[in-house]
Amino acid sequence: MSNYIKLIALGLVTLFAMIGTNYARDLAYQVHAIIVMLVAGGLFLYTLRRTGEAQPAAGSLQGEYFDSVVRAGVIATAFWGVVGFLAGTFIAFQLAFPALNFEWAQGFANFGRLRPLHTSAVIFAFGGNALIATSFYVVQRTSAARLWGGNLAWFVFWGYQLFIVLAATGYLFGGTQSKEYAEPEWHVDLWLTIVWVAYLAVFLGTLIKRKEPHIYVANWFYLAFIVTVAMLHLVNNAALPVSIWGSKSVIVWSGVQDAMVQWWYGHNAVGFFLTAGFLGMMYYFIPKQAERPVFSYKLSIIHFWALIFLYIWAGPHHLHYTALPDWATTLGMVFSIVLWMPSWGGMINGLMTLSGAWDKLRTDPVIRMMVISLGFYGMSTFEGPMMSIRSVNALSHYTDWTIGHVHSGALGWNGMITFGALYFLVPVLWKREGLYSLKLVSWHFWLATIGIILYAASMWVTGIMEGLMWREVDANGFLVNSFADSVAAKKPMNIVRGLGGVMFLSGAIIMCYNLWMTVRRAPAKESSLTVAVPAE
Amino acid sequence: MEIYTLLREFADSWMLLFLFTFFVMVVLWAFRPGSTKTYEDTASIPFRHVDAPAPDRDEATPAAHKEART
Repeated sequence: MSNYIKLIALGLVTLFAMIGTNYARDLAYQVHAIIVMLVAGGLFLYTLRRTGEAQPAAGSLQGEYFDSVVRAGVIATAFWGVVGFLAGTFIAFQLAFPALNFEWAQGFANFGRLRPLHTSAVIFAFGGNALIATSFYVVQRTSAARLWGGNLAWFVFWGYQLFIVLAATGYLFGGTQSKEYAEPEWHVDLWLTIVWVAYLAVFLGTLIKRKEPHIYVANWFYLAFIVTVAMLHLVNNAALPVSIWGSKSVIVWSGVQDAMVQWWYGHNAVGFFLTAGFLGMMYYFIPKQAERPVFSYKLSIIHFWALIFLYIWAGPHHLHYTALPDWATTLGMVFSIVLWMPSWGGMINGLMTLSGAWDKLRTDPVIRMMVISLGFYGMSTFEGPMMSIRSVNALSHYTDWTIGHVHSGALGWNGMITFGALYFLVPVLWKREGLYSLKLVSWHFWLATIGIILYAASMWVTGIMEGLMWREVDANGFLVNSFADSVAAKKPMNIVRGLGGVMFLSGAIIMCYNLWMTVRRAPAKESSLTVAVPAE
Repeated sequence: MEIYTLLREFADSWMLLFLFTFFVMVVLWAFRPGSTKTYEDTASIPFRHVDAPAPDRDEATPAAHKEART
């Protein structure tokens, strides 16, 4: 019966997408209509072929974890990671060598089109898949229950991949609403909303049927991430489409309210997507890899509530010296500085989890990766509040210092903790004794670390240089430098930044090889191959 | 009164007081007597049920359930 409802729905979607392909008012919408048509049509045929067939009687799966979707998530994370890093490295060289904005690819592969592709690929494709996969893994283990909702988890996974493809093709073909980190247009936003509600349902459903009396702290962070991102997404994307057959939409907020909503969204995308979600990872995988419980569970509770209460106010520091009233930017600045405390509290909690096991740093490159991610977390959460101070921001804003700050956080904290989690997960999920090669993990560690340092250092130098050049005036009050002067002066640093990207990318490719060989070659773990016997 | 002014008045008085009190209560709650023992148990959740979910409660006797959690 459910198959017939599915067939009707898929048929209608396919038909609608066909009409959309015909009537499309712009290229991005047309491409999206074709993609949706192919996906929905393919699913229609797939469902049709299975309708009326006798399904093999599936036994109760409640006795085992739903790990196949986590395995798919691990593969997607590694794949989109490499895609995102590659795009980033390429656009870094586009900035150093403008000739790489090829004439034949103008309007598709120039810097302006590829830049949102890069940011969304690393944040939402790499980071998002890492968060979905690890949250599905962690919530099952810490709830001692199988994922709720059966195949709904698969819908979340594939629905999210479709969102990524729609977002990426939209940028390349010019469908963007020009809001940073929220570029996808209204039809893609609607799709993400559906997927996200399903994600929330799977996560909450699993928490509700948990067998452990307490909700482990990692799940608190994951839940805060899911709920807050839903709220941010809905408010920041409140837009009216111009036509149902076109991608263009008009945002309902206007003027400085729009700017404020955008940076309320933008900063909390950092705070809840890239911080709270990844702290959930930190609170599970660091104790697991160190084989000891978190340093202080009380501190983790205070860390959670302080972070939640403070982060949501920090957005206005992106709008110093704008039409936004001073009291609002001062509020944002003060909350950003107070945020120092929970950030460092969390970092200390993670680091001190290793107390008594510091020797592992020498022998286990995976834990080294996790520890350096906390180091970068501490560094960028120190740098961020400092840059939010109005007078510092006067120098740093619009310069590459900001880009350097974002990358020490994103590559150092998000990237490294995700790599650590992937190195932990692959042997467990594919039931291997251990990783294929720890030596390759060390190579990855050093390539990535040196790459980030090259990146951050060159961006500090060039950012402060730019800031100083832009504000330099002569005795008569005229600006000394033109903008192009500062661009020319940045060239060596832009090249160093690109080289840092090459090193980081090579590390990630080494990781993919290592994980692949772990699945193919590492000896299987004998004990867990047998059916798990309940401990009754 | 304009709705903006009303919300603004509410936000920086009662709502601020409520959120601040809530936060203070969370901190006090974390340090309540007996919390250390509870949190020791909670903090060790990641080290249980690594390979398979816990069996259903109604299938197992209470004693067996307790055993399964160790």
